[in-house]
Amino acid sequence: MKKKTTFKQWLRTWDAGAFDMTEALTEAVAGDPMPKEATEHAWKEKPVEGIEEGEIRIFTRFYPVAAAVLCTVLIGFLLLTVAKLPAFGAADAPAHNEVMQRYVEQGMEETGAVNVVAGVILDYRAFDTLGESHVLFTAATAVTILLMSLGGAVSPVETKLERNIMQKDPLLHSTVRIMVPLVIVYGIYVILNGHLGPGGGFSGGAVIGGGLILYAIAFGFDELDKILNFKVYRRIVLASLCFYSLAKCYSFFCGANHLESIFVPGTPGMIFSAGLILPLNIAVGIVVACTMYGFYSVFTRGRI
Amino acid sequence: MLETLWSNRIQCVAVVLFAVGFSTLLLHRNLFKKIIGLNIMDTATCLMLTSIGFINGRTAPIIVDGVTEAGNYVNPLPAGLVLTGIVVSVSVTAVMLALTVRLYARYHTLDLDEIYMKAKLDRDDAKKEAEE
Repeated sequence: MKKKTTFKQWLRTWDAGAFDMTEALTEAVAGDPMPKEATEHAWKEKPVEGIEEGEIRIFTRFYPVAAAVLCTVLIGFLLLTVAKLPAFGAADAPAHNEVMQRYVEQGMEETGAVNVVAGVILDYRAFDTLGESHVLFTAATAVTILLMSLGGAVSPVETKLERNIMQKDPLLHSTVRIMVPLVIVYGIYVILNGHLGPGGGFSGGAVIGGGLILYAIAFGFDELDKILNFKVYRRIVLASLCFYSLAKCYSFFCGANHLESIFVPGTPGMIFSAGLILPLNIAVGIVVACTMYGFYSVFTRGRI
Repeated sequence: MLETLWSNRIQCVAVVLFAVGFSTLLLHRNLFKKIIGLNIMDTATCLMLTSIGFINGRTAPIIVDGVTEAGNYVNPLPAGLVLTGIVVSVSVTAVMLALTVRLYARYHTLDLDEIYMKAKLDRDDAKKEAEE
């Protein structure tokens, strides 16, 4: 006799991430839609002490209702708060106070950056951005530590077959050959343009990292390993972070002691202007690009 | 009150998105879906902050032709805060995904309840071994 799966069971399979479309299609033939792994529960055979079967049933019934009620109450309170906020786009809202006025009116003169946001994040609040780059670096390190000890046995997404198919696809290859240089040049433009217009180290670095990932998808890691292996990655990321810290130390030292800094704001609008903002943008861009590529590499093959 | 809500409709969307992310976080047992819920909450926060920085009829804070009057540009501060938020959310997502991969490699499931049960069994086994 064939076992009929109810909608609830289906939902549970989908929710547990064990749902496979191909298996659902062949369900009528195969009978049991659940993969073998998901049906083997070691804990079902020997019940855990301290938790009763009935307790679990009450909890699983009560929990979704409680969660829905909690979310509705949350929406209600937050909407009440939104109704009390100043109108959207009003110029006299309390958020637009003298701090914003000072940044916009004297930012260009003091930092030399035409883009006020770049001036704020890389000059007035450069310490904050240094911490941000360190957060990114620490996350990359943590991911590498967590996944490297698995010994390359990660790859739950990409099987060897899929990789072979991808690396022999002529359409993908010719597209990537045209696209990757353009993507990387555009990323460099965004980084160098950071103090003159929209852009900066974070966005440009993400674009360059995307280009590197695209190349790795199409041609595999072997070619990229020659120019960006773990050794190179470690050196350039550490060099960028050290350069950032030392440059900011120098500028804080000069600023606190009223000394003349060698980094002058220059003429706003020129490419070599805005003092430290351009070199700091480049350092941040290198860190972000390497980290993005590092995340992809670690998650697909277990090492950088 | 309804008028203010309508004029602040972008903030309302942010609030609803936040609640959608929060309910995803609470209702799903799959770890990947919990991470997706947290990301939706991050996006909602970014939308809220950016919408607060906007001022009607003004341009982005990139100085054009040397005009530095504050009445011409929107607030540059929320943009800087959102940049920080995006970077932190990317880092946190990466660490969470790595931890999920480790859990999957250990327990061969993404269901939080099953992981909890199996971890409890593991702990009991370790206790027994320590007693012996």
